[in-house]
Amino acid sequence: MLKINNLHVKLEEEEKVILRGVDLEVEAGKVHAIMGPNGSGKSTLSYVLSGRDGYEVTDGSATLEGEELLEMEPEERAAAGLFLAFQYPVEIPGVGNMTFLRTALNAQRKARGEEEISAGDFLKLVREKAASLKIDADMMKRPVNVGFSGGEKKRNEILQMALLEPKMCILDETDSGLDVDAMKLVSEGVNALRDEGRAFLVITHYQRLLDHIRPDVVHIMANGRIVKTGGPELALEVEKNGYADILSEVEA
Amino acid sequence: MALEDTLPEIEVREGVDRETIETVQAMAGKYKHGWETEIEMEFAPKGLNEEIVRLISAKNGEPEWMTEWRLAAYRRWLEMTEPRWAMLNYPEIDYQDLYYYAKPKSMEVKPKSLDEVDPKLLATYEKLGIPLKEQALLAGVEGADAPQRVAVDAVFDSVSVGTTFKAELAKAGVIFCSISEAIREYPELVKKYLGTVVPQSDNYFATLNSAVFSDGSFVYIPEGVRCPMELSTYFRINAENTGQFERTLIVAEKGSYVSYLEGCTAPKRDTNQLHAAVVEIVVLEDAEVKYSTVQNWFPGDEEGKGGIYNFVTKRADCRGDRAKVMWTQVETGSAITWKYPSCILRGNESQGEFYSIAIANNAQQADTGTKMIHLGKNTRSRIVSKGISAGRAQNTYRGQVTMHPRATDSRNYTQCDSLLIGDQCGAHTVPYIEVKNNSSRVEHEATTSKVDDDQLFYCRSRGMDEEEAVALVVNGFCKEVLQALPMEFAMEAQALVAISLEGSVG
Repeated sequence: MLKINNLHVKLEEEEKVILRGVDLEVEAGKVHAIMGPNGSGKSTLSYVLSGRDGYEVTDGSATLEGEELLEMEPEERAAAGLFLAFQYPVEIPGVGNMTFLRTALNAQRKARGEEEISAGDFLKLVREKAASLKIDADMMKRPVNVGFSGGEKKRNEILQMALLEPKMCILDETDSGLDVDAMKLVSEGVNALRDEGRAFLVITHYQRLLDHIRPDVVHIMANGRIVKTGGPELALEVEKNGYADILSEVEA
Repeated sequence: MALEDTLPEIEVREGVDRETIETVQAMAGKYKHGWETEIEMEFAPKGLNEEIVRLISAKNGEPEWMTEWRLAAYRRWLEMTEPRWAMLNYPEIDYQDLYYYAKPKSMEVKPKSLDEVDPKLLATYEKLGIPLKEQALLAGVEGADAPQRVAVDAVFDSVSVGTTFKAELAKAGVIFCSISEAIREYPELVKKYLGTVVPQSDNYFATLNSAVFSDGSFVYIPEGVRCPMELSTYFRINAENTGQFERTLIVAEKGSYVSYLEGCTAPKRDTNQLHAAVVEIVVLEDAEVKYSTVQNWFPGDEEGKGGIYNFVTKRADCRGDRAKVMWTQVETGSAITWKYPSCILRGNESQGEFYSIAIANNAQQADTGTKMIHLGKNTRSRIVSKGISAGRAQNTYRGQVTMHPRATDSRNYTQCDSLLIGDQCGAHTVPYIEVKNNSSRVEHEATTSKVDDDQLFYCRSRGMDEEEAVALVVNGFCKEVLQALPMEFAMEAQALVAISLEGSVG
């Protein structure tokens, strides 16, 4: 599904290298987790994959189902099936959540040469998905993320994911700022979307999210590289001993 | 050549609801109304003098008093100088190099009904999406319970082509016709109100209009009548080098209500065209008037070549107690906009509201705002202005709020937000506030912001392209004003916002 090969990235405006040769392959139907200390490049990886400005790829490639992602505009990546659940979802005053979701869905459909969804069908679809995430009608009427609590914002991200039905979902620290109940709700939403045609890359600091969203593979990222890859037990090891052990082991 | 050969294809309007929505959705290109109708025109000779004024008056079959009224305005105009205080930069206008009267030849014999109107003219309005057949309804927005019926007065260059639903409106006692017809048919009403809100000598452009206005709309709502449908006038400038000077007069008697819409377009040309209109609204006791404008005159090309010079005087006079007026404007077109729809709050407890979206892209310049003149006690006014600048455009909000000594316990609230797209445009806010009593309160809030890159990236990561994303964010910024528009216009306005900003990013 997603293949990252020797990816090197620096900041556009300054001479700061962030990713130093990331290699990663996520297969369809699998959930991969990336853990790592602050400043290791986890969030940068998610931004570069989704096409945010401000980064310069100096080497390497990233493909989604064989298509080179890095040459596409952000909206083309979305239409190709990539989705990033933001760590800090952005507020858009005055734009109703419904309008936003419908515009996004229709934009993707149009880009794929599909017909736009009718207002009636859309409403039905949204209601159904929102109910499964325990999102109430009121939240759908409010402007995008404006005045949403941390939990509401993250649930809204998962709702977008559920509606847009991407093939490759990247979750950037979706657990940050969530209490236990909210985390459970969000995880349930993600789990409901797991299927064999869809892959997930879950970026997180902590093991606790991975208690709810069970990963198939866990990667440890440090200093702009994947330094260790293992099964779910790797996350437990981090939880118990911190990153220090792994890092010193790698450096040794 | 037979007319049929040159007629653009018109599809039969069935289920207009759907069709108009599609039309609006299809408005994806640049300026969509830039085409020209090829039609034989009759022009008065170029230039302005007393003869031309008399000729316009004669063409409209006006009585002597009206001719004299125009001549008095003309003589006054000769002594006036063009105002240059606005933050607008444009070359000298040669008033002698313009046509002041242009009329399709086929309108020589006034058609008695819309069935007799030249099919070319009807086709023009069809193409613009303006229903001139009474069975054709202007579409409601998706999700609306039932499409609203809208009566239309269509003005093509200097003349009114036709007015729909006249008979049905007449049943309710509502008069809705062209101003030239009103001068002939209802001289007493016109005499009583014309020039009482915007006097002949008000300002340079209004005075010019008083001398040479050729057509426009007249609305009279009798006491206690709630106008049974929305009224609208659709202005189209077609002929080259022709000024359009329309005059609108709306009178709302005691306890009446009317909502009026105004739309404007013009062909793409590389020379500038002058438009100087006057709108007067008289609102009597307990009456309410809503006046909405979607101004989409040709804005000129990316280089700033061509476009309409739009110098407009609009004013409402709340003469009676508890009279209410609401101006809503979406100004997206014109190379130059000079426009300050105002409210005179004369009656006690009268209310004035002004909601505005002004978008200036490329080389457009807009200097627009409002005046709220509080004269009566306990009067209220509210101003919400959203200015959006992109490209190399300059956008100025200019507003005046005056609390007269007798306007005790009055309130004004002004909110003035500017949004900048790119780093070469400008936004300016020039509020004039005068409070001459101690019990009144005036609030002014202003913000300036830039379209946020994070917002755009968020939208794009969900699949919208950059222009769609900008349109969405900007529509959100304008929401309060868009909500103030009648449903029929809100959707068109939203689409217009998107079109006007094309090419503003990236």
